[in-house]
Amino acid sequence: MIQPLTSVPRPRLQRCACWLLLLLSFSGLISVQRNLDLRRGSDAKAGDVLFLPPGRFLRHLSLGYEGLLADLYWTRVVQYFGGKRLEHSSEFKLLGPLLQITTDLDPHLLIAYRFGSIFLAEKPPRGAGQPQEALALLHRGIVANPDYWRLWEDVGFIYYWDLKDYAAAARAFQAGSERPGAMEWMRVMAAKVAAEGGQNATSVFLWSEIARQAGNEQIRKSAEDHLMAIEAQEEIRKLNGLIGRFNAREGRRARSFQELVLSGYLRAAPRDPSGVPLILDAAGCVRLSPRSSVDLNLLQ
Amino acid sequence: MLAVETIGLTKDYRLGFWRNRVRRALDRLDLRVEAGEVFGLLGPNGAGKTTTLKLLLRLVFPTSGTACILGQPLDDTSVRAHVAFLPENPNFYDHLTAEEYLGYIGALFGLPSALRRRRISELTGQLGLASSLKVQLRRFSKGMIQRVGIAQALINDPDLVFLDEPMSGLDPLGRREVRDVILWLKARKKTVFFSTHILSDAETLCDRVAVLHHGRLQGCGELNRILALSVSATEVVIESPSPDVITEVMPYVSSVVRTGDRVRLEIPDEGRVETALEVLLCRGTKLISVNPVKKSLEDYFVEKVGGSGESSQRVTSAGDSNS
Amino acid sequence: MRVATIAIHTFKESVREKVLYNLVAFALLLIGAAILFGNISVGIERIILITLGLTSISVFGLLIAIFIGIGLVSKEIERRTIYNILSKPVSRVEFILGKYAGLLLTLCVNTAIMTGGFYVALFYQKHSLNGEDVAFLGAVYFILLQLAIVVGIAVVFSCISTPVLSAVFTFCLYVIGNFSNDIQALGGESGSRVLGVCANVLYYLLPNLGNFNIISRVAHGASIPAYLWIGNSLYALLYVTVLMSIAVLVFEEREFR
Repeated sequence: MIQPLTSVPRPRLQRCACWLLLLLSFSGLISVQRNLDLRRGSDAKAGDVLFLPPGRFLRHLSLGYEGLLADLYWTRVVQYFGGKRLEHSSEFKLLGPLLQITTDLDPHLLIAYRFGSIFLAEKPPRGAGQPQEALALLHRGIVANPDYWRLWEDVGFIYYWDLKDYAAAARAFQAGSERPGAMEWMRVMAAKVAAEGGQNATSVFLWSEIARQAGNEQIRKSAEDHLMAIEAQEEIRKLNGLIGRFNAREGRRARSFQELVLSGYLRAAPRDPSGVPLILDAAGCVRLSPRSSVDLNLLQ
Repeated sequence: MLAVETIGLTKDYRLGFWRNRVRRALDRLDLRVEAGEVFGLLGPNGAGKTTTLKLLLRLVFPTSGTACILGQPLDDTSVRAHVAFLPENPNFYDHLTAEEYLGYIGALFGLPSALRRRRISELTGQLGLASSLKVQLRRFSKGMIQRVGIAQALINDPDLVFLDEPMSGLDPLGRREVRDVILWLKARKKTVFFSTHILSDAETLCDRVAVLHHGRLQGCGELNRILALSVSATEVVIESPSPDVITEVMPYVSSVVRTGDRVRLEIPDEGRVETALEVLLCRGTKLISVNPVKKSLEDYFVEKVGGSGESSQRVTSAGDSNS
Repeated sequence: MRVATIAIHTFKESVREKVLYNLVAFALLLIGAAILFGNISVGIERIILITLGLTSISVFGLLIAIFIGIGLVSKEIERRTIYNILSKPVSRVEFILGKYAGLLLTLCVNTAIMTGGFYVALFYQKHSLNGEDVAFLGAVYFILLQLAIVVGIAVVFSCISTPVLSAVFTFCLYVIGNFSNDIQALGGESGSRVLGVCANVLYYLLPNLGNFNIISRVAHGASIPAYLWIGNSLYALLYVTVLMSIAVLVFEEREFR
């Protein structure tokens, strides 16, 4: 017989079971996905990017959306590079191929050439340490964008800083200075580099220009780090000279900067460009404090 | 046992983009259908007949109230193994042949294949479909689709059969076939529950009827009792009477209707019938028939339905083949 | 079992869709054409054939899945054939599961045909087949896993909306699902914590179809690590379960006026 009910009995049990199944499966999903991501973290996050089809090929497949794809790959470059830096890894195996694909897809994506070349050229751990690759990238960029003078600036810079080939650097700056819209200092650079090569003043000039014009925070920071390193090196050199003179006059080695201050050689305890005090080591040489954020390795 | 029972079965539809308007399609329906009877659900279009059937088959869900089929609550899927449903203007899978479709339905009922084949051949033989078994359903005429519909409804030998407007759109032959099937089912003590707006069909077939209008039950009861409420008159049909016969019999008669050779006389007073007949026979008038004129289902229907403030829909008694 | 009955019926119905043959024929054509592409670029003919071949199987499988999947349930409702089925002792759960299984079966058969064509093309190119070619079956398996998820999505939408909208939504989800990694990365890269959290939520909600993209890997001859087999199979199974649960919950409440 029927039970007189006011509401309709639906199969509530089945509904609850369904919901339960849904929620359980979903939580299972999340843990499986995390597991997969973890496993792939070191290997395959690079791994599925690793086996990239050739850029030209991708271009044809993308059905007119190359720009979008290029941006996507560029995003992956940034993410990948950022990720690598965070992990303090010195492997940048994929940076080259990724940049290659990005620029194949969109040859006018200038930032890919600029940003990419800087970090390809920089020595590990800050970059991939592949200046030749960087040059190749920039040259392709120049072929696709012959009127963009900044690519020449980047070429010149790599010759100057990473390869220490001052003649080639001068030629690059000269070529760039002839492009429309090139700034005045390109010609100045061409001349200076040709004449003075590896002098610090030239370097300071270059890095200051870059820091001033950099649209990207990472590039600007990198330039400022280089400037600080140059400044610190100069400071240390001068201090060492000072200490040498002190030692000669006093006939003994200075044991601390206080002595130099008291004897009037220095006005105050010296600090490095980042504001951290310099230290005098046991051998009587001036060194950066371990706490300093200045990195002299940049100057290698 | 009750084949179908509903208590306070109600269905509201929410309409409008914001689902804020409510249309009550069925309002607290209380029905009891005994096992083995033929039950007719009558009403004009939009009365809630199809809604009732769909509620019973769980194609839509009640807003409130309960119902039972063959003693089981609606949620019980297994009870449907003993239930059949033929929807109005049925649509089946066009690309299948009749045989394939019936085989599929049989498999859904869980019939073993030997039994399935036997039933299919029995039913299709009975319904005149044997020659069309291998024809795709898309090629079938309406009447034949209806027959396939009946076949698929009966393939599991159900105890309870629901039919939604089974005669709609059929030619007289088709309607006769459906009628015969219903009578056949009744002979086998199956319960038949069908909805219709064709009153003459209900009159011929149903043991009991219920009348729905605007979603509400207007009346329910045994057909005999509804119709036998009064023998309102007696009808006498004669052929080619001479004019003075008519004049002579006039005092007893309330209406005279001439159709071709035949004349229909209506005699309101039961007591006078004999006298009138004597008069007619003395004159040698040819007597065709003498019948009590009962209140028709249409009268009952119109009385229940037509009285509301809304425009009552004139429902036709289709055809006159039954008189 | 009733689910099997409905599944086989759905399979037969899908197979009669003419568009299926067109798509399969097209896929085979493309695979054949891949041999030509390979001849254009020296040294990577094999890689091109494999990449293009497997991609074709994936894409055409996707098209079939969407095209048939969207109409699975909505067509029955629209044509009212569903009245007759649901009034039988068939529960709505069985109906949905049967429909899904039927379409999956259809896809397996089609994929098998296309894979057959693929191997024929491979044989034609190299004039031999050896053990390492078996690795491509792994890629095909992952493609099928991916399709299983897409079909699930199509079925869910088929219960909710019209075929056209279903197709659009399913396709969108497929595209977004392939970039889910990037979405998560973008969210992480952006400064805002809220965006990061949202991106993360999306990442787990959306189907991570990128998991299954091993076509490049396989084209270069690398092997598929074991954890990927297990992980992906589990992922697909769980995601399909989620989808089917949603479909059942929706469909159970559905009324057929």
